[in-house]
Amino acid sequence: MSSLITIFLAGIMTENMVLSKFLGICSFLGVSQKVKTALSMSIAVIFVMFMSTAVTYPIYAYLLLPKDLDYLQTLVFILVIAALVQLIEIALKKLSQPIYSALGIYLPLITTNCIILGITLLNFTKDLSYVESLVNSLGAGAGYLVAMVIFAGVRGRIESCDIPERLQGLPITLISASIVSLSFLGFSGIVG
Amino acid sequence: MKKNQKLLPILTNGIIKENPILRLVLGTCPFLAITTCATNGIGMGIAATFVLIGSNATVSLLRNFIPDKVRIPAYITIIAGFVTIVQMLVKAFLPSIDSALGIYLPLIVVNCIILARAEMFANKNSVLPSIFDAIGMGIGFTLSLLVMGAIRELLGAGTIFSIPITSNFIEPMTIMILPPGGFFVFGILVAIANIVATKSGKKPVTSFGCETCNGDCGSCKGEVNDCE
Repeated sequence: MSSLITIFLAGIMTENMVLSKFLGICSFLGVSQKVKTALSMSIAVIFVMFMSTAVTYPIYAYLLLPKDLDYLQTLVFILVIAALVQLIEIALKKLSQPIYSALGIYLPLITTNCIILGITLLNFTKDLSYVESLVNSLGAGAGYLVAMVIFAGVRGRIESCDIPERLQGLPITLISASIVSLSFLGFSGIVG
Repeated sequence: MKKNQKLLPILTNGIIKENPILRLVLGTCPFLAITTCATNGIGMGIAATFVLIGSNATVSLLRNFIPDKVRIPAYITIIAGFVTIVQMLVKAFLPSIDSALGIYLPLIVVNCIILARAEMFANKNSVLPSIFDAIGMGIGFTLSLLVMGAIRELLGAGTIFSIPITSNFIEPMTIMILPPGGFFVFGILVAIANIVATKSGKKPVTSFGCETCNGDCGSCKGEVNDCE
């Protein structure tokens, strides 16, 4: 049990996917102008990440590995994730209109988000069990949420600042991301 | 004749005018993650270039056969196939690069540049220009990785390609090869690229590449070019 908590906390703090592993940078910089959209995007990512891990783990462990097909890992995983995102989108549209209207537009973006494929691949390089993988994906998702929400707050402040002309836009965004990332370095050594 | 004249601009287009990293701001994940040293940058650049050439050529060959509605899944499958080939080759012949790039090697599949070039260029052009476009984009990507890797390695470890440059007399700033350094150097590089672009009469990049198309590289249909 304690190891599961460690995996979860490490995902948020020391091994934050966005700020220390650089996964999901596209959406981290692209969808973080407002706290509200950052929050919706993060919830969609957590949901898809958890589902993808739940589906890809058994496929790899019980289908690809016994048949010596593990070299197909990348190909199978990306197709499974793409199909899964489509299915989730269709299911949400039918089952829950409010959730769909809140998260719907973020779902297509998630297929090509490297954080999803990244976490499903990382689970195997780290040799995690099924339950540990699920917890790891939840932890990584929570870490993504924390990073997104903090950074959206930071960007909100930047907007009202007087920034040198050459640094406006993307450069200052990246430099402030660097400082947010620096603050997460402070967590190193706390967990794990 | 006319076709041959057009090939050279296509090649140089990706290197300078539409540099995938500094002008289009695509494929930033591996760019930030593996540029802790110059060698990794080259390894990643060559791997991505190979996938780009393969996928651009294949997509261009099949562009009249792939139904429009399922083109994105088809592209992803083609790209994933080439990435698998690269993974196997690197594992077999360059095991040190394989362990250095780790998970970022399979993640070339979801690298925006490759899907974007398939959708924006190979989908509309014949095979030869598509291959030239892929080579140009690949060189542009590799050069940016190399520059970024060299700067971070020099500042963070005092070496370039593991050859000591300043490490003997200046204490290296380790922070530069840690994640914050990646964001910082990238920010400065974009600022420099913007200054150069403004001087030569082009619009600076102010928004993030995926921002212009809401991060959905699949459906962006080349609007990224608007940053030009």
